[in-house]
Amino acid sequence: MTLVLVEHEAGSPTDTSLQALTLARGVADEEGEELVAVAIGDKGDGLADAVGEFGADVLYHVTHDELDAYAPAAWAASLAGVADERDPAAVVAPGTDRGQETLAHVAARRDLPLAANCTAVEAGDAYEVTRERWGGSLIEHARLSGDTKLLTAAPHSVAADPAADAGDPAVEPFEPTLDDADLRVRLVEREEADVEGIPLGQARVVVGGGRGVGGPEDYDTLEELADLLGGAVGASRAAVNEGWRPHDDQIGLTGTKITPDIYIACGISGAVQHMVGCKGSDTILAINTDSEAAIIQKCDYAVVGDLHEVLPALNEAIRAEQ
Amino acid sequence: MDVLACIKRVPETGAKITLTDDQQAIDTTNLGFTMSPHEECAIEEAVQLAEDGDGTATVLTLGPDEAAEQLRTGIAMNADEAVLLETDGAEWSPIPTAAEIADAVRDAEEDGAFDLLLFGNESADMANHQVGVRVANDLDRPCITGIKDLTAEDGRVVAKREVAGGAEVYELDTPAVCTVKEGLNEPRYPSMRSRMQARKQSVDRRSPGRDPSGGLEKVRLEAPEEDEGAAEILGEGADPATIDAVIDLLRDDVGVL
Repeated sequence: MTLVLVEHEAGSPTDTSLQALTLARGVADEEGEELVAVAIGDKGDGLADAVGEFGADVLYHVTHDELDAYAPAAWAASLAGVADERDPAAVVAPGTDRGQETLAHVAARRDLPLAANCTAVEAGDAYEVTRERWGGSLIEHARLSGDTKLLTAAPHSVAADPAADAGDPAVEPFEPTLDDADLRVRLVEREEADVEGIPLGQARVVVGGGRGVGGPEDYDTLEELADLLGGAVGASRAAVNEGWRPHDDQIGLTGTKITPDIYIACGISGAVQHMVGCKGSDTILAINTDSEAAIIQKCDYAVVGDLHEVLPALNEAIRAEQ
Repeated sequence: MDVLACIKRVPETGAKITLTDDQQAIDTTNLGFTMSPHEECAIEEAVQLAEDGDGTATVLTLGPDEAAEQLRTGIAMNADEAVLLETDGAEWSPIPTAAEIADAVRDAEEDGAFDLLLFGNESADMANHQVGVRVANDLDRPCITGIKDLTAEDGRVVAKREVAGGAEVYELDTPAVCTVKEGLNEPRYPSMRSRMQARKQSVDRRSPGRDPSGGLEKVRLEAPEEDEGAAEILGEGADPATIDAVIDLLRDDVGVL
């Protein structure tokens, strides 16, 4: 069987968890074995229908008095505890901060190898995995061994795809054995950001500016476009390094990864490290003076022109339209 | 506070990554080397914590002889000591890498423990997301990953992880382990003078003895397929036809207008 960690927000599975379930279902189907979902904490039992739709046969609902707040080592102890009970061939988690962290702890505890950010898996004695390196700008084909195969699913690389036959998973309550060390690190508080407008990672429209914007004051027209479309402004690493925008605005490998309906990239050359951060966009529109720029090769639509001329005209036209 | 920052030498890639003919590595013939942006922040944080709290900052890496260059960048950024776990240049898997680092930490701690070990959240090149966590487990220390804000207090650190719409706050008793992300701080740019001085600093070299493979064996690398040239050019400049085409796209195809 294949075990999958499913993250949820008050009983609703995250997109990246459904992607992980889809990847894991492929492995379970190939092995002709069960797909078992594991949800931790309050309302986790409410996930049965949702994970059933993605092919889960069983849902383990992990509860413990000390598990109301996220604790990385305690999550690892929980997942390892279910694994001890079911002896799975593989354990899969979404390649999110929590998923990577939890599985890394499981790997360390059991001294097992772990393949992070997998996009495809072929089961066997050893698993043939395809995984992302350099934030997805390089693909590695690798062989993963270990008595239990541990892997995380690269976020937004495998589409979440419901199973042909939806299951009706039984819910198995599970109470892990936790020791003090498992609870040394836990979430103590959540701070709300005092950002105005929509966070970059959640915006449906993102207007990004790079070195081509030319200076901090020139972001005004980008801000205006974002406001008109109810979106957020982002920046390339080059613009952040120039000090034109704060690091929180950075889109890319070491910044925010965005997933908007449309990303409007203005004066951005399109370095691989930047494209990694915006590949989750449904549509990319580039505005760039250089028709040979890398981003023109990688976007869906392009306007070859100076953003300082195109954006004011576009903002004007949108206002007329509205 | 005594802090150890663990870093990794990686090629400085540009807009396109070229592979060697055997698809085993990036062709670095025309490339310089650097460290991951996460790790520059790890060094900066180590140096700041050492400066604030009358302690020391040490940089450590596992890599080839040439990785001394990245350690010296750390020294130029005002770190005090440098440790090189010198390899023959082969790619090391996370399991033996973490075990060698844990051994090196134990040896270095004969005169007292590091209060904090810092790692990048993931290496820029292999991105295995696990060495810091493995070292923490090996040394039985509390650990949190993906940190973008760090404050040291008496006997503990407060670490924040960015999440959608805010931040999560974690508290760790020291000695502890944190893996950090770019944005944690603004790494200083070392002056030419400090770079020159860093060249004279000795690097403590050790020879790791483990087998570099660790259950995750690379078969080959590949550049991902790109649908190059698929972009539809809507027009040039700010002429009305171009702007109309953009409006149509936003209204009809994307539906955000």
